[in-house]
Amino acid sequence: MPPPPESWLKVTPAGLYCEPGRFHIDPVRGVDRAVITHGHADHARPGNRAVLATAGTIAIMRARYGAAAGDTLQETAYGARTEINGVGVTLYPAGHVLGSAQVLIEHAGSRVVVSGDYKRRRDPTCDAFEPVPCDVFVTEATFGLPVFRHPDDATEIRRLLEALGLFPERSLLLGAYALGKCQRLIMLLREAGHDAPIYLHGAQQALCDLYREQGVALGDLRPVAGTPKEDLMGRIVLAPPSALADRWSRRLPDPVRAMASGWMRVRQRARQRGVEMPLILSDHADWDELTATIRDVGAPRVWVTHGAEEALIHWATQQGFEAEALSLVGFEAESET
Amino acid sequence: MKHFAALLDALVYMPSRNGKLRLIRRYLETAPDPDRGWALAALTGDGNFRRIKPGMVRELAADRLDPVLFGWSYDFVGDLAETLALMWPEGADAVPAPSLGEMVERLGTAKKGDLADLLAGWLDGLDSTGRWALLKFLMGGLRVGVSARLAKTALAQWGGVEPDEIEELWHGLEPPYADLFAWLDGRAEKPDVSSRPVFHPVMLANPLGDGDLANLDPADYQAEWKWDGIRVQVVARGGDVRLYTRTGEDIGAGFPDILAGVDFDGAIDGELLVRDTAAGEPASFNALQQRLNRKNVSRAMLRDAPAFIRVYDMLFEGMEDIRRLPLAERRARLERWIAARDRNRFDFSDTITFESWEELADLRRTTRENGIEGLMLKRRDTAYLPGRPRGPWFKWKRDPLTADAVLMYAVRGHGKRSGLYSDFTFGVWREDGELTPVGKAYFGFTDEELGQLDRWIRAHTTNRFGPVREVERGLVLEVAFDSLHESKRHKSGIAMRFPRISRIRWDKPVEEADSLATLSSLIV
Repeated sequence: MPPPPESWLKVTPAGLYCEPGRFHIDPVRGVDRAVITHGHADHARPGNRAVLATAGTIAIMRARYGAAAGDTLQETAYGARTEINGVGVTLYPAGHVLGSAQVLIEHAGSRVVVSGDYKRRRDPTCDAFEPVPCDVFVTEATFGLPVFRHPDDATEIRRLLEALGLFPERSLLLGAYALGKCQRLIMLLREAGHDAPIYLHGAQQALCDLYREQGVALGDLRPVAGTPKEDLMGRIVLAPPSALADRWSRRLPDPVRAMASGWMRVRQRARQRGVEMPLILSDHADWDELTATIRDVGAPRVWVTHGAEEALIHWATQQGFEAEALSLVGFEAESET
Repeated sequence: MKHFAALLDALVYMPSRNGKLRLIRRYLETAPDPDRGWALAALTGDGNFRRIKPGMVRELAADRLDPVLFGWSYDFVGDLAETLALMWPEGADAVPAPSLGEMVERLGTAKKGDLADLLAGWLDGLDSTGRWALLKFLMGGLRVGVSARLAKTALAQWGGVEPDEIEELWHGLEPPYADLFAWLDGRAEKPDVSSRPVFHPVMLANPLGDGDLANLDPADYQAEWKWDGIRVQVVARGGDVRLYTRTGEDIGAGFPDILAGVDFDGAIDGELLVRDTAAGEPASFNALQQRLNRKNVSRAMLRDAPAFIRVYDMLFEGMEDIRRLPLAERRARLERWIAARDRNRFDFSDTITFESWEELADLRRTTRENGIEGLMLKRRDTAYLPGRPRGPWFKWKRDPLTADAVLMYAVRGHGKRSGLYSDFTFGVWREDGELTPVGKAYFGFTDEELGQLDRWIRAHTTNRFGPVREVERGLVLEVAFDSLHESKRHKSGIAMRFPRISRIRWDKPVEEADSLATLSSLIV
């Protein structure tokens, strides 16, 4: 019998820690050696000495943190096995944002996959999630309640474009997280035939530039700053969700306030944010994707973290999996991602 | 159904009043009869058809869905209808749900045992927005940000009449309002409701603002005590008697003692109170509360807590509409009229003699008797105007009492605040150094403060009992309330009237919160 993974993979104040490999996964504060699943700020933090991640994630960390991204940044390709102090580490696509990865850890005869954040539906800006066979699957549970069912992306994009046509005198202010969601929306709009310039809040610019450098063709993007109000009529403006209620939005012509997030599925949530047009579009798996993934991966043990753990554990237990909560701190279970 | 669902969905997200009015007008223009009548009844909260009770929805959920998952989901969503609508499995080849009118009809004739299957069948035939709208319609309480008044205003705008014309007719008509729509469509005469005991929209007071008094002449105003009961309207027409709240809800069933005392035709406006039989005075609001929200009232209650009305205005004397007369004339008529009534059921809300605002202010400050909430100022020369006109009537409430209490438990809110921890239980220190809960409050803070409180609660939770979070004893809330009463129902022995959060004392150490002994000294 191999030693159970919980004897060597542990929750510490700095985050999930692999003892024999002496590395953390997505630590919440700077550590000696970190494996980073993806570039969102609650997973990739500055101040680590050595970082192992995909090229995409490292590019994002560099853009965000500069020299504080880490003393040594080691890029690794999807599917390429690396050894850290004798522990096997392989990254696989997670389908969440550009560069996002699941981490396969092989030690003492056991395979553990830490999924990071993931989704299953197609995303033109990143590689699709791959189910990786393992003994323990660590899953997120951001939308771990059966009320969360994200509709088809194309339907949501069509609704957005219909609203745009309905209000030629107004701009359509679309709140979306700057890393991932923003670029995915742009690509989905382009795929739906929307070739017009899309305007960006200053906070969205740098990561769009980075995506372009990584080979994602985003089309005609222009800054809101310096654009006369009348040129913004009938245009889509992408901004961080916080800008929706901000003074900043006054520079737009009578904006229709839209937001793209999985949370928009719940009406009163959308209303609390002052959203007139909720788009249910998320980079996280919805309930059906979470449950399908647990089945697809087929690991006998499931550890559930950040989000609505209880419900997913209940479901997995009923399905015959050995499921338990992995109480990691520091992740924004209810953020806008 | 689809049409109605689209209306509700659009209303939820429409931020502006004008936008809401436009949406409702467009719906009334395009929807067929009787659907639009039923929709209007749903918006105004007046549907008198057979409802689906929350208990039945819960049972249906338990039957068709995993109860544990439903429980967690409901806790998160904070709305029963929406939770079920979102979780309900999508029906593959279900029969499309019928129209609102058809549903009301079928509900009326269905056997009790068949209701759940009927509802399930309709849910199967709808998408998630349709399911949500259906459940909202059938359960009542839409929470789409539309008041009854706003819905009636939209109807009036669509029909090209004044909203008060609609109000005057409203309580004489029944959903789906066929005669009302016939009139507004120009197909029929205005419905005549003069012979029926309809509710008349009431005149409301504005709170007296800082500096208002400086611009008012005391000689123009009469002052009365503001009684701590509930505002009611008694309307009697040819032996048919109704007791309405100020929003037009008929609460007569709970007050047979009042109805039996009506020996007149007309409409009066006054305060519903309960008498403390020992003292012969109005009892506390608490005593009145025991009698509210009851369909049946026991003989013991009628004996121990008899209700009466302290009358302050008259709208109709017999069939004569006297609302256009100035207040002074209405009061003179009322005084003559009330002399012929049974004083145990109807007495007169006297005016207070005063010369100057200073004198009145002193009186307000020093009076803290049971049953008095403050003062009312009413301009002597104005007509009875429905709504809340600015100027003729002011309410000048007593300053609230306050206490510093410690936050103990929190529950997530519903409706607009679903998902946020917004219902707070707070306590004060007992002699043994433990906290005892003394009240609950769920308003008094801004949206921003609510966000801060929600974050604080999530970060300081020490225990969870189902939906309730127990928190670290670490946050002092300054609680304002109108009065304190003894209570056998509460462990602390006291009950607060109208508690609200007046300030969040992030700065104050919990040890410095108030003690139960200090609070008990404020009991009236």
